[in-house]
Amino acid sequence: MLNQLTISELAAKFAKREVSAREATQACLDQIACVDGKIHAFLSFNAAAALAQADAVDQLISQGGSGANRPLLGIPIAIKDVLAVKNQPLNCASKILGNYISPYDATAIEKLKAAGAIVFGRLNMDEFAMGSSTENSAFGLTCNPWDITRIPGGSSGGSAAAVAADECIASLGTDTGGSIRQPAALCGCVGLKPTYGRISRYGLVAFASSLDQIGPFTKDVRDSATLLGVMSGVDRRDSTSVPEPVPNYVAALDGNIRGLKLGLPKEYMVGGLDPEIKASVDAAVKQYEKLGAEIVEISLPHTDYAVAVYYIIATAEASANLARFDGIRYGARVEGNDPIELYSKTRGAGFGAEVKRRIILGTYVLSSGYYDAYYLRAQKVRTLIRNDFLKAFETVDAIVTPTTPTAAFKAGEKSGDPLQMYLSDIFTISCNLAGICGVSLPCGFTQNPKLPIGLQLLGKPFGEETMLKLAHAYEQSTAWHKEKPSLKF
Amino acid sequence: MEYEAVIGLETHVQLNTKSKMWCGCANQYGSEPNTNVCPVCLGLPGVLPVPNDEALRKTVLTGYLLNCEIPRFAKFDRKSYFYPDMPKNYQLTQYDKPSTANGFVEFEFTGAGSVNGLARVRITRAHLEEDVGKSTHFDRHSGLDFNRAGVPLMEIVSEPDITSADMAYAYLNALTEILHQGGVSDCDMEKGMVRCDVNISVRPIGTKELGAKIEIKNMNSFSGVRRAAEYEIARQIEVVKRGEKLIQSTRRWDDVAGITEQMRTKEDAHDYRYFPDPDLMPLAPTDAWLAEVKTKAIELPLARKQRFMRDYQLPAGDAEVFKSNVALGNYFEGLARQSKNPKAVANWIINNLLAKLAELNAREKSEQEALGLEAADLKLSSFADLKFKPEALLELVNLVEAKTISSSAAQQVFAEMFDSGKAPAVIVQEKGLAQVSDTGAIEKFCDDAIAANPAPVADYKAGKAAALNSLKGQVMKLSKGKANPALVGEILERKLKG
Amino acid sequence: MASAEINVKYVAHLARLALTPEEETKLAAQLGNILGYIEKLRELDVTGVEPTAHAVPMVNCTRADEVRESLSHEEALRNAPRQANGLFIVPKIVE
Ligand SMILES: [Mg+2]
Ligand SMILES: [Zn+2]
Repeated sequence: MLNQLTISELAAKFAKREVSAREATQACLDQIACVDGKIHAFLSFNAAAALAQADAVDQLISQGGSGANRPLLGIPIAIKDVLAVKNQPLNCASKILGNYISPYDATAIEKLKAAGAIVFGRLNMDEFAMGSSTENSAFGLTCNPWDITRIPGGSSGGSAAAVAADECIASLGTDTGGSIRQPAALCGCVGLKPTYGRISRYGLVAFASSLDQIGPFTKDVRDSATLLGVMSGVDRRDSTSVPEPVPNYVAALDGNIRGLKLGLPKEYMVGGLDPEIKASVDAAVKQYEKLGAEIVEISLPHTDYAVAVYYIIATAEASANLARFDGIRYGARVEGNDPIELYSKTRGAGFGAEVKRRIILGTYVLSSGYYDAYYLRAQKVRTLIRNDFLKAFETVDAIVTPTTPTAAFKAGEKSGDPLQMYLSDIFTISCNLAGICGVSLPCGFTQNPKLPIGLQLLGKPFGEETMLKLAHAYEQSTAWHKEKPSLKF
Repeated sequence: MEYEAVIGLETHVQLNTKSKMWCGCANQYGSEPNTNVCPVCLGLPGVLPVPNDEALRKTVLTGYLLNCEIPRFAKFDRKSYFYPDMPKNYQLTQYDKPSTANGFVEFEFTGAGSVNGLARVRITRAHLEEDVGKSTHFDRHSGLDFNRAGVPLMEIVSEPDITSADMAYAYLNALTEILHQGGVSDCDMEKGMVRCDVNISVRPIGTKELGAKIEIKNMNSFSGVRRAAEYEIARQIEVVKRGEKLIQSTRRWDDVAGITEQMRTKEDAHDYRYFPDPDLMPLAPTDAWLAEVKTKAIELPLARKQRFMRDYQLPAGDAEVFKSNVALGNYFEGLARQSKNPKAVANWIINNLLAKLAELNAREKSEQEALGLEAADLKLSSFADLKFKPEALLELVNLVEAKTISSSAAQQVFAEMFDSGKAPAVIVQEKGLAQVSDTGAIEKFCDDAIAANPAPVADYKAGKAAALNSLKGQVMKLSKGKANPALVGEILERKLKG
Repeated sequence: MASAEINVKYVAHLARLALTPEEETKLAAQLGNILGYIEKLRELDVTGVEPTAHAVPMVNCTRADEVRESLSHEEALRNAPRQANGLFIVPKIVE
């Protein structure tokens, strides 16, 4: 089935004219029709528009147009509802945006389109990317394709579920504290969070500006490398994007990792870690040794403070970032007698519980008298966390850890206790605070029920090449990434 | 007990960049509402600000013009408060690390607090931020236009060194003259390019402690600032004299009623929750960049005036004209450097050239209006359009000085050279304006004048010395202005006394 | 861990969020719990540590002063909840 293919497999078929873009797109639409009633990865999609894009690609190909420099020609890619696509709805899975239609494309979307991708569909997520289970969407739950009683992770739960259920070839998500890697791990796909500044954030509705990055969800590491290459680079519209050259990430995937040093942080293999996950990660580490990598035990001593630092910095930034949703220029307004009443009613009605919680927390830690004790202190501890990683990278090429402490949990299991939910991001959060890159890839399954387990690799700032090379070598020496959920509901 | 006022000003000035502070929308006044707007300045979901380097340059240039230090590290912060004219509901501004700090403005002032006709107000900082949109108020609603939102805005904060309404007025005029001439802002008050907040407190003379600070918000005319400050100082002194306490608060100036009124007290003051904007990287100006900006710094208006008075022996009035009109001053200086009589050059420029240009401007303006065009104010920006060469003015001064032509003939020569561009010597020759110093011819004119004007002759003889002027005039008329006036005087006197 | 106090009503007003009394009570408890957890940062000595505001150290990231195309008037007002005469309309602003 075409919708099950990877980007590289599909591109090869297009090149040989074995299939058309319309057929590939139709296969994805058919799969959505077949499974999304249960999975609910998509908030909306426009089938006619997607097919029209596909027809345009087919016409181009039939007229002899080549896919040269267009590595995504005809590839259907679905988008997390937090990225702006021109003339498509943009809701961030929140009620507050109402019938908002974006008048512009995010830079990453512009680049996907330029590379020939068929950009379609809006994927479910935690409202404003705040959450780890996609239970915070204002538009209903997304289910884990491996077990629909369980959450797909979050906040990019729709992006992970859609790829895992083969409803698209690849998808985009965003990662502020693990929101790509954690759902990728729980759904059994590859999720990449690039180095901060690698991909322009222009058009990404900010949750926490100093932590957010866009990244791909794919069915294998090669596809991640392809999408990263397409989307990377400095952007004149994002002054935090870094003018670092963009290497050929795909070319780096040569399988040769002999002599590379992999750090194993002792702080990550303790407490709260599910034994099945520990066993899978241990086995993966052994596999790396077999492949010729050298394993070095390292220490990231400030790991234990990461969640606390994160919830101060991320909520502080969010409290200001979300101030613009006020019902004045766009969005679902609740009228009031004066602007203050209008704001309060609009925001009170438009935001969900988790978003309110974080806005209040973020407002509080910045308010007069508390700034130094919370925000400034958190920024300083952030320095210590970043320094831990920079020091570790003086001796190792990448770091290997579990992505999550447990496999996918049941819907509703943690939604009553926000702190427990926050702590489930414990392995992914430091990466964003340090601004480095990370990737999660399948490394096994729990037994009963059968749920995916993710292996996390963390790379140096702008060290995606080496990190992906390591991920690819492991992936190709195992068959985990080839397993599919049964999707028999 | 006598009281004194303590005044500090926060002046907001729009920078005259081509584009806005964070986006490529035009920084332009007077467009249709919501036409110079884009996702960035409307604060749509997903957008990011990118700083305009020219706005940064102009801010640092302002720092140089206001004698400030330029810190090697500056940053932008978010200042959070909800207001419908502010798209993001936070303003990007420089909070604790501004681009400039610790300067001063010196200006001419003769009231209390001045020394030798000068006063100095220290500048705390000039920092960069963004303007907000414009609201129009209707019966029950307000309408918002975001064309102005995101225009680069500089906030210039003074120390509380101002002690009177007049001094505040003089300071504001001096400040905006510097900014305007320095090329950082057009400072057009009518277009709202300059707005200020006035902080006023009073205290018994001789005490150091500051009284409760009362802020008058959003003043958009300097005369308004002067009137508001006068009113507010008197009001505060009265309150204190009654034995009542003033509390820190914000007031609004009602220009029609001529009073200030309460807006809000400190109790509901804002909690702005400043924090460094994560979307904007810090600023660390390099030596090369600073040196480049510094080359753009002009000579300050006051220094220029003082130099003109010193170097060209100009009276203060003339130097003031050249201080406030830079192009005219440059024109003058170009000639004054080559002249032995700069004062005469200044006279020609100020008395004759300016008048002619004003006449020309008025004519062109009325022509434009007749054509139904919106009459633009013509400003003296370039003297390249003048028909005569600058050197012609020097030549004219020399002709008068050498007594080749009389001063009244010189007026004719000037008018002609302004209209035709001909060289003065050519005009003198063509019109036969060379001064007559031939005593015989002048004697004849004098005799004729005496014969034809018995009344003034009688007056003069009766002791009215002034009557001689009338006869002199007659002689000049008869000579068509060419007679040497000094000679005419001498000869008339001799004839009448004799 | 000590449970910190948070004046939810005041903070919600700063953030312009209308909350029901139930939401206020619930948030106060949950946030107290979270702040209690955050207290652990006090264990660390951060004297002399520079704060990190950006994940990547860069300075002077600016753009040239060039005018670029704005949105069309229609696009600018396309998502406006209420508009008239080319303006975004809100209830009267009073100071
Ligand atoms: Mg300000
Ligand atoms: Zn704009």
